[in-house]
Amino acid sequence: MFGIPPQALFGQLLIGLINGSFYALLSLGLAVIFGLLNIINFAHGAQYMMGAFAAYFLLQYAGLGYGWALLIAPVIIGLLGMALERVTLKRLYHLDHLYGLLLTFGVALIIQGVFRYEFGSSGLPYPIPRALEGGKNLGFMFLPNYRAWVIVLSLVVCFGTWLVIERTRLGAYLRAATENPTLVRAFGINVPRMITLTYGFGVGLAALAGVLAAPIYQVNPLMGGDLIIVVFAVVVIGGMGSILGSIITGFTLGLVEGLTKVFYPEASNTVIFVIMAIVLLVRPTGLFGRAS
Amino acid sequence: MGKTSFVALLALCLMTGTAQAQISDGVIKIGVLNDQSGPYADITGPGSVVAARMAVEDFGATAKGMKVEIVFADHQNKPDVGSQIARQWYDAEKVDLIIDVPTSSIALAINQIAREKNKAFIVSGAATSDLTGKACSPNTIHWTYDTWALANGTGTAVVRTGGDTWFFLTADYAFGHALERDVEAVVQKSGGRVVGKVRHPFPTSDFSSFLLQAQASKAKIIGLANAGADTINAIKQGAEFGIAKGGQQFAGLLVFISDVHALGLEKAQGLVLTESFYWDQNDRTRAWSKRFAERHRGAMPTMVQAGVYSAVTHYLKAIDSLKGDDGPKVITRMKELPTDDPVFGKGTVRVDGRKVHPMYLFEVKKPAESKGPWDYYKLRATIPADQAFRPLDQGDCSLVKK
Repeated sequence: MFGIPPQALFGQLLIGLINGSFYALLSLGLAVIFGLLNIINFAHGAQYMMGAFAAYFLLQYAGLGYGWALLIAPVIIGLLGMALERVTLKRLYHLDHLYGLLLTFGVALIIQGVFRYEFGSSGLPYPIPRALEGGKNLGFMFLPNYRAWVIVLSLVVCFGTWLVIERTRLGAYLRAATENPTLVRAFGINVPRMITLTYGFGVGLAALAGVLAAPIYQVNPLMGGDLIIVVFAVVVIGGMGSILGSIITGFTLGLVEGLTKVFYPEASNTVIFVIMAIVLLVRPTGLFGRAS
Repeated sequence: MGKTSFVALLALCLMTGTAQAQISDGVIKIGVLNDQSGPYADITGPGSVVAARMAVEDFGATAKGMKVEIVFADHQNKPDVGSQIARQWYDAEKVDLIIDVPTSSIALAINQIAREKNKAFIVSGAATSDLTGKACSPNTIHWTYDTWALANGTGTAVVRTGGDTWFFLTADYAFGHALERDVEAVVQKSGGRVVGKVRHPFPTSDFSSFLLQAQASKAKIIGLANAGADTINAIKQGAEFGIAKGGQQFAGLLVFISDVHALGLEKAQGLVLTESFYWDQNDRTRAWSKRFAERHRGAMPTMVQAGVYSAVTHYLKAIDSLKGDDGPKVITRMKELPTDDPVFGKGTVRVDGRKVHPMYLFEVKKPAESKGPWDYYKLRATIPADQAFRPLDQGDCSLVKK
């Protein structure tokens, strides 16, 4: 097709899917936070970066490897997120979205600046865990085991989250609390605590993506800043706050970007924004968004 | 007022008058303009500012009665931001010299601006050999290295050891294009062949798609015509995708010591690279680098940072000999005087603005060979100064008489 052998195309599609799984994980966290808290969490990229750094510190100073990092890093960063919510974000809920956006953007700049000052811009090395080293020759491409693991884990986490929010009782409480907090409180549910936990969960997802990314990219203070803009575009295309929308759009845009890298690599960092512009023109609420 | 005191006053006025006419507003103001926060910050960034300050101190500017001020700014690797700062510095803030400026697209823009404003410009960070080629200017000196020298060093060495088919991963802007062009010329001249290339956006964090294309090309050598975080990510992910196991090899066409430090020797070992400076070359470089590291969070200097030190030293020397800081005049004097400093040793500046010194072909050590952090290179070859850079008559520079 278009002068490219179909086998190479399969490889590129698979690669696109892998990158898409990062987009999906990150945009999922953003969608959860926006959908349930109405906060546009610009600190998401910084929290993703902190997740990767947490993995690095755990290995370097506590001798805890990748497996532990997957469990512990999201919890630590999630707790930090909850502290942030308690101390600052909570005071902004009655104001316009813009204030939450500005606050989290400022927090992101500060965190990124501090890490860059401390660790430089080249990043720190984090090895691929021994059990996931190497790869398989699929015939049409060499698939590193680690990348296969990334796809599997992110699919599980994404759809697990979707199930919890859309199909369980807890999810129903959460959704109800966003619709009408006063009424839900009247049923004896501690709404502020639930919101804090939700923010912590969203942040934890970002940190999990950070741990997943650490062995692939450098653990780099700038890694979040580079990615967050793309992820926001993904969220906007999917429809702000739509959980399923953000997952599907994340994977799809990974594929689209992957194909662009084959046919016209120069445009691979702009293609997502072109799509965003088109989607906004045709469907201002995004592909899966509901008109409010 | 007595006659003598009147004469003394008159003499004083005349003296200060001439001094002021020579050194504009009595202060030599040097602006370090580079990437303070992005992918090139470790290569240039705050380290270049440290190097410039050290040069001023070591030159003994204050003792010689020179007032030197260093300012710095972050151009964020954006040509519009860089140009705007340069104009403001030259026009409003009375900056006499802009130095460093990584990112070739910005360096080329400021090259024009310096000429327009008749000020001095010294490039250490940017690589494109066009700065002393078709874009050469009487206001500009290109100090540390350039794409031609890199191609000549690494490109030739790689082809000579059997790497005769190439696939390029090229950063899609002026620097990547220039480096790819210069290396391609070397490869073809030495009997090699370029079988394909990909131009990737700058910066890029995920190289897997491009690596797959490089694998499919079956080229023996994957030439990385990029720098900094891009190079690091490409090499790191190359290991993951089994590039070396598939019988292919990376040629890092512009690799700095900060990149090797970030990659770790496990991943970087065996890379062949061309640099004009390494801290562990002789007693002078070791002593200077140790002082630098003490002031720069323990990090050893990159060649770009060493180049800033060397260039500021020579700039001040020229001003001292000229007793003036008029941009093009200082640049001309810098070309007349031989250079000598603890980092680059002795050298000259050519009429086309090219600073000339030896280049070194290094190989990155194996983890077992290294004695610790920053002990990374072993010397493979020294390219003498007269062979290290593009011959004067081949650059198409208008300053060179034919």
